[in-house]
Amino acid sequence: MEGDVTTLGRKFIEGLGRLCGFEERFYVKVDEGTDGRYGWVPTMRPIDKYVEYGVINLDKPPGPTSHEVVAWVKKLLNIPKAGHGGTLELPTLLLGVGAGIP
Amino acid sequence: MTKLIGYVMHSSKEYVCVMQLHEPVSEEDLRRVLREFKGTIYQKPPLRSSVKRVVRKRNIYEIELLEYTGSMALIRVSCDAGVYMRKLCWDVGLMLGVGAHMRELRRTRTGPFTENLNLVRLQELSEAIYAWRSEGREDLLRKTIMPGEVLACQMPKVVLRDTAVESIVNGAKLAAPGVAMVSDKVRRGELVALLTLKGELVAVGKALADYNEILGMEKGIVVEPVRVILEPGLYPRAWRKRGP
Repeated sequence: MEGDVTTLGRKFIEGLGRLCGFEERFYVKVDEGTDGRYGWVPTMRPIDKYVEYGVINLDKPPGPTSHEVVAWVKKLLNIPKAGHGGTLELPTLLLGVGAGIP
Repeated sequence: MTKLIGYVMHSSKEYVCVMQLHEPVSEEDLRRVLREFKGTIYQKPPLRSSVKRVVRKRNIYEIELLEYTGSMALIRVSCDAGVYMRKLCWDVGLMLGVGAHMRELRRTRTGPFTENLNLVRLQELSEAIYAWRSEGREDLLRKTIMPGEVLACQMPKVVLRDTAVESIVNGAKLAAPGVAMVSDKVRRGELVALLTLKGELVAVGKALADYNEILGMEKGIVVEPVRVILEPGLYPRAWRKRGP
């Protein structure tokens, strides 16, 4: 079981850079696994944690401001904290980040 | 994860915009002028802006004419954060001698967030939330939301041993023995992401050594965290308590 989490974790880590075209190679300093009792592989977090530690690449419609959209998303998801990577100009592609680190 | 938005917001952008020329010019002239905007440009933030109005230097990495009707030009621009597209259109008009202004704008990339990286509409998000809340189905929501770790996808990564995680969460610096793996892109002085062996983003910090140095080090600080992301209590405390 522990081997499983380590393999899944390794896959996730190596896939992360590839997701956005970032080429990198990992060198092992200490060859050891990770204990499945602690934390989660990010894709396997329980749903509440998954939302809390999640980001959304949101296609903001023209019209409402980024602020307004963030407020709607917060309400929809019922989370205390959310932010956006949009700016005050006329952003159409908004990065809505649903996260609530208390 | 909200703590990391700033890093993404200040990374490079790509836009597609419609520019209206006030008088027709030849496509050749338009292409020539657009080419001149490639490289370093100077811009003063517009009157209505949220930053100090001083002339700033910004880079235009790519500027491409996608379509041209003789009065409307569709252009794609890839640039640093903080480039005002409305101003850029205006300046292209000035250089052409006929005047121009921006009609429409769409941002197509912010840092790693492109239109191809799981872009969702508000409608899809609301449907996914409905499926979860009303029908107890998580699958749609898990597709709509990505793990926040993608915010760090373009950062070189240092992977921690389980025993080092909780101390970093509690504000300690990363010492060499806590490193399990290191990416060959890690350079001294640059920003790196600290991950657990499961891939969870623990913190972002400044590397104090190159990756090959880190691999050879037996002791000493290798990364100074600047922002801690992971919550405390997930991993066990592995450090010794001081005292009797």
